[in-house]
Amino acid sequence: MKARHLITYVILILLTASIVYPALWIVMSSLKVGNSLYSETLIPKAFTFDHYRELFTSTRYQYAQWYMNTIKVAVLSAILGTLMTLLGSYAMARFRFIGRKFGLMGMLVLNMFPSFMSLVAIYILMLQFELLNSHWALILVYSSGAFISNVFVAKGFYDTIPRSLEEAARIDGATHWKVFTTVMIPLSKPMLTYVSLVIFNGAWVDFIFARLILRTADKETLAVGLYDIVNQQTSTDFTFFAAGAVLLAVPVLILFVWLQRFLVEGLTSGASKG
Amino acid sequence: MTRHTPQATLLSVLFMGLGQWYNRQFMKGLLFASIEIAGIYWIASRLGKSVQGLFSLGDTPRGMVKVGKVYQPVDGDHSIFLMVEGLISLILVLLLVFLYCICIRDARLTALNREKGIKPHSFRVTLSNMANRNFPYLILAIPVTAALLLTVMPIIFSVLVAFTDFAAPNLPPAKLVHWVGFDVFKNLVNLGSWSKTLVGVATWTVVWAVAATLTTYLLGTIVAVLIQQKGIRLKAFWRTMLVIPFAVPNLVSLLVFRNLLNEEFGPINQYLELLGLSGLPWLNDPTWARITVIFVNLWLGFPLIMILVSGILTTIPKDLYEAAEVDGAPRFYTFRVITLPLVLYSTAPILIMQFAGNFNNFNVIFLLTNGNPVVPEYVYAGGTDLLVTWLYKLTLTNNQYNFASVLSILVFIFIASVSILNYRRTRSFKEEDLIQ
Repeated sequence: MKARHLITYVILILLTASIVYPALWIVMSSLKVGNSLYSETLIPKAFTFDHYRELFTSTRYQYAQWYMNTIKVAVLSAILGTLMTLLGSYAMARFRFIGRKFGLMGMLVLNMFPSFMSLVAIYILMLQFELLNSHWALILVYSSGAFISNVFVAKGFYDTIPRSLEEAARIDGATHWKVFTTVMIPLSKPMLTYVSLVIFNGAWVDFIFARLILRTADKETLAVGLYDIVNQQTSTDFTFFAAGAVLLAVPVLILFVWLQRFLVEGLTSGASKG
Repeated sequence: MTRHTPQATLLSVLFMGLGQWYNRQFMKGLLFASIEIAGIYWIASRLGKSVQGLFSLGDTPRGMVKVGKVYQPVDGDHSIFLMVEGLISLILVLLLVFLYCICIRDARLTALNREKGIKPHSFRVTLSNMANRNFPYLILAIPVTAALLLTVMPIIFSVLVAFTDFAAPNLPPAKLVHWVGFDVFKNLVNLGSWSKTLVGVATWTVVWAVAATLTTYLLGTIVAVLIQQKGIRLKAFWRTMLVIPFAVPNLVSLLVFRNLLNEEFGPINQYLELLGLSGLPWLNDPTWARITVIFVNLWLGFPLIMILVSGILTTIPKDLYEAAEVDGAPRFYTFRVITLPLVLYSTAPILIMQFAGNFNNFNVIFLLTNGNPVVPEYVYAGGTDLLVTWLYKLTLTNNQYNFASVLSILVFIFIASVSILNYRRTRSFKEEDLIQ
């Protein structure tokens, strides 16, 4: 009995250590004096916040600019994407019209296409039309993609809201638009929060498409910028990178803590329902 | 009763709007008629040219042309512009045909109503009907247009590129692109270097996807079961700690690992050397790099499985275990006969999804190793490159667009078959009762 528990505890402690170590290491590195990857001890002998200050003052990298770009892209994508998901999935869930079945099937198939397939094509098109290096390209692609990838989640949500609610309002003479804006949108708040945060998070950390589209340092987002710092093969800017990485992760961590309940519920209900 | 249907229908077939006119819906008729006029104008002036452009992809390359006695530079045709224009034209033609059908249907229905003695609606009533009966179309318009332009059109374009010779050094606007049929597919199989790369990369992709899925699944399940055991303290604490990799953005974790495992300066090798061992080429030797990416992926991926399995474990009825305990069944036997089958049963769809996800796991490979270390006999690919990272490189750095398109078609076929299998399986799961 006790021996078995002991083994369990040993395994759990080892796993936790291996999980915590990289996180601890990067935080410690961001507080370390100097700029090299090499460090004699895990916990530095002297702490400094210089690297964080440097992020926003350095002229070598435009970290502050990247941060602003990322906020702009993520916020606008979340707003536009949520709006499209809301409109589209409401129509798909609540109305029976010609083309509905076909549309749902179509979106199911589109979800199977690896997303980079259209991304690569969009890149080629934009390259040919010389429209690269624009944030709007990112925002439009993220938000229109969000509709296709979230429509089934959102539709599932609307399917659980009883129809009698709208019917009552319709009998009282409300138009579809009125029912939509005054009855359905307030009810959709949990779903809208979830979808917008998922889109925000996706845009915040997306690397694949941002790297295809963004060409100059002043337009880059955090993901692309940080990758470039690491990819330069020199380890002289390591602590700078560490501070930058910590600041990139913080908003996502906050979102995660906030979202955790939704996320775990969504995942587990998905798993047991199949 | 006067017959109206044949006249109204026929008139609309002849020219959009005439049927509506016949039904005394003048505004509506005018609208439809102007659509047809605009359509005819467009067909006459542009359609021929753009369809021809789609077929020929241009016939004058950019260059110097002799005009009179002097050579002058001419812009020439841009094959890709022609292709896109042709595609958009085809979509417009479909739209026009759709409107044409709607117009005929509308004229017919209104005429039928007239025969029954219902007066045709005035234009104002028609408009308000639009806002009501056609409400779903109204609110779908924006999202669907965006999806068509930014997702569907690019995918069609990408499929088309697979049948052209659009690859460096044959790039517009300096050169023309041509249709080459299935040549690119054939080349990928027949050209020694390409087929060698394809086989190598595809094999590694499958090995990787299987290994990555199984390792995360096993570790996640084991940890969930360990924490769930009766008598383990601090359950919430362990779960919170172990979920950290799931909460940190992949991008950050992967770039951190890239530094941790740095062969010269990374702390891991530093520790190994302190222990008197020599450092390992974690990311610089093809075999080691493959093992490393699987381990790093395990670190990233097991928390998700752990969360899922923990959720399932709580749904298993307690009385099953109590009955087993009463019967004196050993702990491991209980696990094997009750826990494992139930967990496997409800996570099977997730397992397939994970497999498909890992097959296209761009981030782990690209951010950790960049697909490197380089394998000399491969074309533009490295030892850890998956099909997706290979086609990304082919597009972004090597401009081999047609090969990249062929690869993405192959990946799509594979993923789509896996997903359809999964879809059918989950459907059948829903119809069965998990616990009788």
